Amino acid sequence: MSEVTATPAKPAAKPAAPAAHGAAKPVAAAKMTPEMSAIAAKFGGAVEAAQYEGLLVTDHSKFIEIATYVRDVLKYNQLTNNTATDYIKDGVIEVVNQFTRVPQGGAPLTLKLRVPRPSGNDKTQPVPSLCPLYPGAEFQERETYDMYGVVFEGHPDLRRILMWEGFNGWPLRKDWKEAYYEGDTKPFESRWPGGDHKLAEERVPWEDNVNYPPGFDPFAFKPHPDGDIYDSMLAPSDGTVSIDNGHGVAPTLIEGLNASEMAELKTDEIIVNMGPQHPSTHGVLRMVVKLDGEKVTDLKLALGYLHRNHEKIGERNTWLHNIPYTDRLDYITGIYNEWGYVLGVERMMGLKTTDRVEYLRVITGELTRLASHFWAIGFLLNDLGAFFTPALYFITERDLIIDLLEAVTGSRMMCNYMRFGGVSRDFTSAQWAMARELAFERLPRTIDELDHFLTENEILKARSIGTGYMSADRCIAHSLTGPCLRAAGIGYDVRRADPYGYYDRFDFNIPVLYNGDVYDRYLVRVQEMRESLKIIQQALNQAETQSKVGDIQGGKKAYNHRVPAGQCYARVETPKGELGYYLVSDGNQNPYKYHIRSCSYINLNSMKEMAVGQKVADSVVILGSLDIVLGEVDR
Amino acid sequence: MATQTTNIPDELKNDPRVPEDLNNNIFITTLDKIYNWGRKRSMWPLLFGLACCAIEMICTAASRHDLSRFGWELMRASPRQADLMIVSGTVTKKMIPQIVRLYNQMPEPRYVVAMGSCATSGGPFKEGYNVVSGIDKFIPVDVYIPGCPPRPEALLHSFVKLQEKIEKQSIRTVRWYTTGKTDNGMLVPYLGPDLVDLRRADEIKQKTAL
Amino acid sequence: MGIIGSGILTGLGVTLRHFVETYIEDFKYMGKKAGVQPRMLRRQSPKAHGIVTVEYPMEKLPVPENFRYIPFLVKDDKTNEDRCTSCGICAKVCPPQCIWIARTEDPVTKRPVPAPKDFFIDSTICMNCGYCAEFCPFDAIKMNTDYEIAYYPETENDMRLVYDKNRLTMNESFHWNIHPSVKAAELEAKAADEAKAKAAAEAAAKKAAADAAKKVALAAAPVVPDAPVASVAPTPAAGGAAMAARAAAAARAAAAAKK
Repeated sequence: MSEVTATPAKPAAKPAAPAAHGAAKPVAAAKMTPEMSAIAAKFGGAVEAAQYEGLLVTDHSKFIEIATYVRDVLKYNQLTNNTATDYIKDGVIEVVNQFTRVPQGGAPLTLKLRVPRPSGNDKTQPVPSLCPLYPGAEFQERETYDMYGVVFEGHPDLRRILMWEGFNGWPLRKDWKEAYYEGDTKPFESRWPGGDHKLAEERVPWEDNVNYPPGFDPFAFKPHPDGDIYDSMLAPSDGTVSIDNGHGVAPTLIEGLNASEMAELKTDEIIVNMGPQHPSTHGVLRMVVKLDGEKVTDLKLALGYLHRNHEKIGERNTWLHNIPYTDRLDYITGIYNEWGYVLGVERMMGLKTTDRVEYLRVITGELTRLASHFWAIGFLLNDLGAFFTPALYFITERDLIIDLLEAVTGSRMMCNYMRFGGVSRDFTSAQWAMARELAFERLPRTIDELDHFLTENEILKARSIGTGYMSADRCIAHSLTGPCLRAAGIGYDVRRADPYGYYDRFDFNIPVLYNGDVYDRYLVRVQEMRESLKIIQQALNQAETQSKVGDIQGGKKAYNHRVPAGQCYARVETPKGELGYYLVSDGNQNPYKYHIRSCSYINLNSMKEMAVGQKVADSVVILGSLDIVLGEVDR
Repeated sequence: MATQTTNIPDELKNDPRVPEDLNNNIFITTLDKIYNWGRKRSMWPLLFGLACCAIEMICTAASRHDLSRFGWELMRASPRQADLMIVSGTVTKKMIPQIVRLYNQMPEPRYVVAMGSCATSGGPFKEGYNVVSGIDKFIPVDVYIPGCPPRPEALLHSFVKLQEKIEKQSIRTVRWYTTGKTDNGMLVPYLGPDLVDLRRADEIKQKTAL
Repeated sequence: MGIIGSGILTGLGVTLRHFVETYIEDFKYMGKKAGVQPRMLRRQSPKAHGIVTVEYPMEKLPVPENFRYIPFLVKDDKTNEDRCTSCGICAKVCPPQCIWIARTEDPVTKRPVPAPKDFFIDSTICMNCGYCAEFCPFDAIKMNTDYEIAYYPETENDMRLVYDKNRLTMNESFHWNIHPSVKAAELEAKAADEAKAKAAAEAAAKKAAADAAKKVALAAAPVVPDAPVASVAPTPAAGGAAMAARAAAAARAAAAAKK
């Protein structure tokens, strides 16, 4: 199978290194699905079976053609995931694109591209960008560029996104080392048996977490003060909005003036910078909006103010180490993040869980969904101007859910509850009683009250109906998932589309609404909370009769897992949307590649289209309705 | 108020300067005590959340723990009106120039609480390439709270500690009333090939010289 | 759809109800002393009505038993020895790698002794995940529930957040106090271990006696009393049953670690 790899032969220096990182040893090629065979039949010489999974496009010039075929004929209408993997031993960087059918679901289709690894800090040869076909690729490709230096040809705005312009190096490349680098993999040798505490600062030449290239002169250097963002927005617009976002082309008309009179009237456009410290940006997000009066004519997002290098650290961690780190992604719904990750690893290892484990996962997972929706609605109302009263009530309810999770798992937010094949603790009888109390008495009452309290409120309706509209087709094209997609009339929910856990045992609906505006997103969330309650109630009842108390670990509990070589894309439906983990293992104790398909991040992709043409105050509401969490956006 | 003042000392009880009918109606306090008493009970925190800890900070401000019992409930979104910065979460290199700028804009006396491991030293993300190992590398920190994330009660406990610290200050020696000791704030670092701390610019130039 | 404004009025009605409910509850609990646990627990439970504040420094919500903050090491009350055998599993499972363990070496044989020479936890890096306590085969490291450790530095270089072995070590009774439900299980396991070790020790003693008798019978030579003792597996005379149990457990853990 050596033709799978782009390099002619494996490095001769290491003939018999069975499990070395990035090993070039031949691995089983992917199994061909009917769709893959169809592509292979049509584009004969341009594709071949890739390593582990999916198709490798060898002829890059055909890539756009193939992607068009995938989108239009095979109906894979959403680009789910775009990332890259650095196979340093093979000397290639592999770009991975995964496509899904929305709303049918099913297994994703993977298309890969390989480019030779450039030396040093150079960028790679360009690969074709998917942006013209899938607008949802914009942020994802920018991230891949930022992390690996892969150049996408045809990308409208290829700048760094998580790091800043001018940063030295491409951080996720395997040979790039940060200042506090201590070893390729954890656990580090220095910790045991001869462990002597040393601060990281004491180990490194700069005594700080920095590294400068040789020849760098801090006095001569001109910093990059985000000029690139402003520059791209400075060109004066003619008062029209060129994006077709369903509002149509929206000229800025003053009543009584026609378009030509309007053109003569010179109005100034101003650029306003919101964030990263701003009460309404839900964290350290930065929006740069261009305003004509109060109307948004352009909007750009600057991300990365909370980029905590999750993926770089994750590739160094052992498989087990990553579980508590995933808690810190979307820190409102820690349990669900863990679930997606352990699901992927369990699939790769072929681990079995027990009935009890699956029920406990559903119960805790859906409880966090409730907590997250309480939070989202409370703060959406905050953005709408109902300052803190609704949020206060919902934080009270969330506190009750969190009390239960804390009693069970030991921490309020960072639960660290899931294990491979199991969970860390079972409920005690008192905790079980509290869960029943919450699911059958307290929360149904609260959600009824929430509905009664807010849904018919005139101010809420006036502010949110028609705001932030996005049509179903555009939602799919922008890779939008979660409640926002379901509010636009697409019933896509991973719990049904690519089932996991015991969700097939419960009777619940996927709420779908059709207007695609902020009000419908709110309503979808309220209805989802009712459905979650239904699931929790059924799970509590079924778990009592169909599972054994204390049976919380399938297989043997271990801490030093070795995951068989292979790749996996596991996804779960978190309260924010589809959270995916793209994992590649080379058979070691550490993931070779650990990528998070973050729903908050990708949902932000559509923010511009939703906000342009609306009032600036509405852009804050739209952001609230997308319900992002910066920990997951920036990772 | 009674807890902050002292009863009339014995040696003053028969002091001719104190009229007889006022003998049991006078409380004596020091200027420091009254100054600190007022200050520590009306801290206005900056409305400023960074990461996970910010969620716990919001929970602290909500009904169960209710910051306003301390007189600290007025979260101001503008640094010009704030006395206290709660650094609640991971400080990244991309964010630190803004944080230092916010700190510089806060009027004196200003206090900083480093909430959680990340703000204290970088925490579990310390090894990351975009993470600042502790906010105290750039701005002075008054109280540290370990924990990842600290419970709301732990944050409240840090406020108790901060109040303790304020009580130890004296109006005569505090820097912001001393002439000639103006604090011009901290130098704002900038983003070059990596984070450039301008206080170390000479050293950087020397060490990287080819 | 009702009359315009009715939605807002309903909303205001809800806030009013919350307000009134809070005071009804207040009347219910009036006269009962503030800070008494059952009252506060009930008022913060799912059964509560209205919204009530915990007046933190005066009254505190109890933390659940599972709650985890900074780890600590458990010291055996009777023998006054650490439970820790410095097997290093906690350092291996620690995700941010904040545990440093120095293993004790026997000065003569240079072989490892199952006790830590030093033990550091850098709580500025610790993410309170609880893996160390969960995967420790000896129940030697546990998670503390004390969250009131905020401080202001009094010296220039205050390193109090880096805990060394002295500051980490706590009595067994402290551990049982904050984790009451594990006490019975731990005592049971300990008794079982001790019984096993005792049986093993007896068997070993018998065997030694038999060997000695054989030697005496064969060579009629005097038995050397101070033969160098292998440091890892102390004989019953050297360490007693508890030490033997620890050594046996250490061997088990080492085997597990190898796997």
